[in-house]
Amino acid sequence: MSLQVNDLRVYYRTLAGDVKALDGVTFEIADGEIMGLAGESGCGKTTLGNSLVLLDGRMKQVGGTVMLDGAPLPIADFNEMRHFRYRDISIIPQYAMSALNPTRKIGKMIGELLESRDVRYREIRPELERRLGLVGLGLDVLQRYPIELSGGMKQRMVMVVSTLLDPSLLIADEITSALDVSSQKAVAQALQSFRDQKFVRSMIVVTHDVSILYQIADTLAVMYAGKLAEKAATDVMMQRAKHPYTRMLIASLPEVGVRYTEHKLTGIAGTPPSLLNPPTGCRFRDRCPLAIEQCAEEPPFVEVEPGHSVACWRADDVAAPKDSVA
Amino acid sequence: MLTLDRVSKVYKVGAFGGTELPAVRDVSFTIAPGEVVSLIGESGSGKSTIGKMILRLIGINGGIITLGDTNVATLKGAALRDYYREVQGVFQDPFSSCNPIFKVEHIFSLVRGVYFHSLSGAEWRSKVAEALGAVALEPGQVLHKYPHQLSGGQLQRLLVARALLLDTKILVADEIISMLDASTRIDVLNLLGELKSRGLGILFITHDLSLGNYISEKTVILRRGRVVEMGETSKVFGNPTHPYTRMLIASVPQLHKRWGDEAIADPGPCRVHAASPSGPAGTALLVEVEPDHSVACFRIDEGVPC
Amino acid sequence: MSGGAIVASTESVGRRREILYFALRGKKVLISSSILVFFAVIAVAGPLIRPGDPNAFVGPLAAPPDGQYWFGTTTFGQDVFAQFASGLRATFTAGLLGGSIAALIGMAVGFVAGYRGGVIDEILNMVTNVVLVIPTLALLIVITAYLSARGIFVEALFIGLTSWPWAARAIRAQTFSLATRDFVDLARISGVRSLRVIFSEIAPNMSSYLFLTFILLFGGAILIAASLDFIGLGPTEGTSLGLMMYNAVAWSALPLGLWWWFIPPGIGITAIVGSLYVLNVGLDEIFNPRLRES
Repeated sequence: MSLQVNDLRVYYRTLAGDVKALDGVTFEIADGEIMGLAGESGCGKTTLGNSLVLLDGRMKQVGGTVMLDGAPLPIADFNEMRHFRYRDISIIPQYAMSALNPTRKIGKMIGELLESRDVRYREIRPELERRLGLVGLGLDVLQRYPIELSGGMKQRMVMVVSTLLDPSLLIADEITSALDVSSQKAVAQALQSFRDQKFVRSMIVVTHDVSILYQIADTLAVMYAGKLAEKAATDVMMQRAKHPYTRMLIASLPEVGVRYTEHKLTGIAGTPPSLLNPPTGCRFRDRCPLAIEQCAEEPPFVEVEPGHSVACWRADDVAAPKDSVA
Repeated sequence: MLTLDRVSKVYKVGAFGGTELPAVRDVSFTIAPGEVVSLIGESGSGKSTIGKMILRLIGINGGIITLGDTNVATLKGAALRDYYREVQGVFQDPFSSCNPIFKVEHIFSLVRGVYFHSLSGAEWRSKVAEALGAVALEPGQVLHKYPHQLSGGQLQRLLVARALLLDTKILVADEIISMLDASTRIDVLNLLGELKSRGLGILFITHDLSLGNYISEKTVILRRGRVVEMGETSKVFGNPTHPYTRMLIASVPQLHKRWGDEAIADPGPCRVHAASPSGPAGTALLVEVEPDHSVACFRIDEGVPC
Repeated sequence: MSGGAIVASTESVGRRREILYFALRGKKVLISSSILVFFAVIAVAGPLIRPGDPNAFVGPLAAPPDGQYWFGTTTFGQDVFAQFASGLRATFTAGLLGGSIAALIGMAVGFVAGYRGGVIDEILNMVTNVVLVIPTLALLIVITAYLSARGIFVEALFIGLTSWPWAARAIRAQTFSLATRDFVDLARISGVRSLRVIFSEIAPNMSSYLFLTFILLFGGAILIAASLDFIGLGPTEGTSLGLMMYNAVAWSALPLGLWWWFIPPGIGITAIVGSLYVLNVGLDEIFNPRLRES
């Protein structure tokens, strides 16, 4: 499978005007690739994930195209997308595990979900049970109520249900955020195993936690204020990130072992711009220590080396190891 | 100095309160001025319950909490208000901590109404400005706004500034950065570091081990309401002894090393058993592994005899 | 971060502007408040247009509406319109007074039970349940037997003292959920006393809810007052819409075909109470964005 997103723009309608949540995003995902989509709140990563599956009432696609396996994906057409949802593209939405109906047994809920998608529950049940076993859940899970399961168990169950029909593309939206550290590892590794066992061809893993992405993602895309700042292979990103925002973001993460007394980490001063009336030019300009006059003109998202794209005029100036910006 | 001595909290649930649900059991540790203590645990470990007990938001069932010589549990009325002069808290969700229908200066005026009603308007304003300056915020830019108009990071810093208005000696920081973005987390964390160097004692409650390791001198690892390991941070992280601590540290995603298929190394024989072979007899015995580093029975709470 | 969160954090439209925007467009609110204002105007202006005792015998007996007597006259020659206008006043007063008393008691009980919880909550719950199951009609008949002269105030007091339980329940539930919020904890660790926490932190957050509760209590009080008047348990003097209907039935207006005697008060009560309930629904949609059809 392959996904090509070209200059995608999705805005939210509000009383005060259009919020330009996604303002021109271009990238590609190859077959078998796990792409991590990272960024802070308000950057548009959840909007991107959601818009590929379901544009809700407030969202509208203003421009750009999406191609899935060479054919256009009609994301703006709710009814047309019905053919693709769950079979070709599936999503594990944010807060999925809190959205389980507390009065339904898990098995019954899955049955209802599948019937609504025209899938016979009885036929698919053996496969469902096999996969539940693969992620470490016993068959008794189907007879339990959601409240009887822990967060990690619920999340793994939701993952199995979302990928039951072997979608080409899976979008996982903040699936580890609400979990404890031990469950996070189990869930992240389960996600990776889905790709390895070919239940899912490719994935977009949306999260603010870069360290989880380092563990399981092949490539990393960083968004800022509705636009892509940088995209590269994960190892390249960690060692040779070129966008100032990416470098400062990575530099602000405490790894186990770094202590305040030894090495004080620095954050990024300021706040992201309002997406109601975004500034012209590079959106990171106000907070960037490397900003120059040219930044008043928006830098294009270009490939600076194979598989590594950046949106920064000064990408080539930043060739040194990662701590030089901090 | 805030001392917790074998503190417990048991909830009575069910019809007529028949069933007992222990949330915290026999927890003891101290917070000294100028020291950051990390209280690390997963959900359900009881760490927030301990924070709330220190802040007298919920009652204490067993054990004693003392600030200096005063027993915290029996304070009432004016004595309780005096206690809050010295012990304050900041909570996890900055947007939930500020009443959404008032401007943010409301959280300061609450404090003024109780503690500073004798100050004149100008004196009060300069006091607030000083507190805001300590957290790198400008009064003119934030005070007249509503909570939803500010960012999470700004609100958390405002809430820390509020705590600084009084003579705070102990600050309970309950997961204060888990809802913030990565770039603002560090700012708030570094702020705690500055406060520490000014003599404040901080209880840093978190589930994130990397943050605990970054900022604290002492670490307490909590599991299901009991302390399983505690001591100087570098010793606990450098030489984790309890199987639970080892599991936690091995599960943390790091930025320079991938999760391998390495099995968690065998921690060896239980230290408590070695110290007292007949078993801990149901009490939370902590055995010293090295100076300033103690660990509890490896099988504590598993219902397995020693 | 969800779309809703993006929208919430970047919207600069204030909440008041938003409420006003929807309030002026909500059909339910506009229509129902117009009806209420219409009746209120009659209640205020009526006695000025037709001064004097509404129960005085002024006109021809049982005359249908004409130019001089807009609503005709009763079998005794009383001006139905004058009675109607004066009755509206009495009805509004009974509703306002009864509703206010019920609201005050309901708030007091609800806030304290919801905030304090524990034993106090149990006791207040018991009191609420007891008042809820009291057979109000039987009680009222007994009271009526002892009071030879009753005014609107006594009636309103009775209504207020017996219709507060559901409001107390509702407010208690809301208070419960608000009391667990962090800003209440913040007020507590700022040394604020419990009563002040309830008034300055919790109640303002429920202001729209309290307003809606009051509207419902107001409407309910009017309905109860009218029903009580209709079966003869109302005030012994003066006039009200319910009393008009009582008299109309007592003096055979139906078989005699004197429709102008009972239809105006009937429509009046229906319209007022109905508008209040529709106003409640309309305001709820405005205050609660999730109910709006966008």
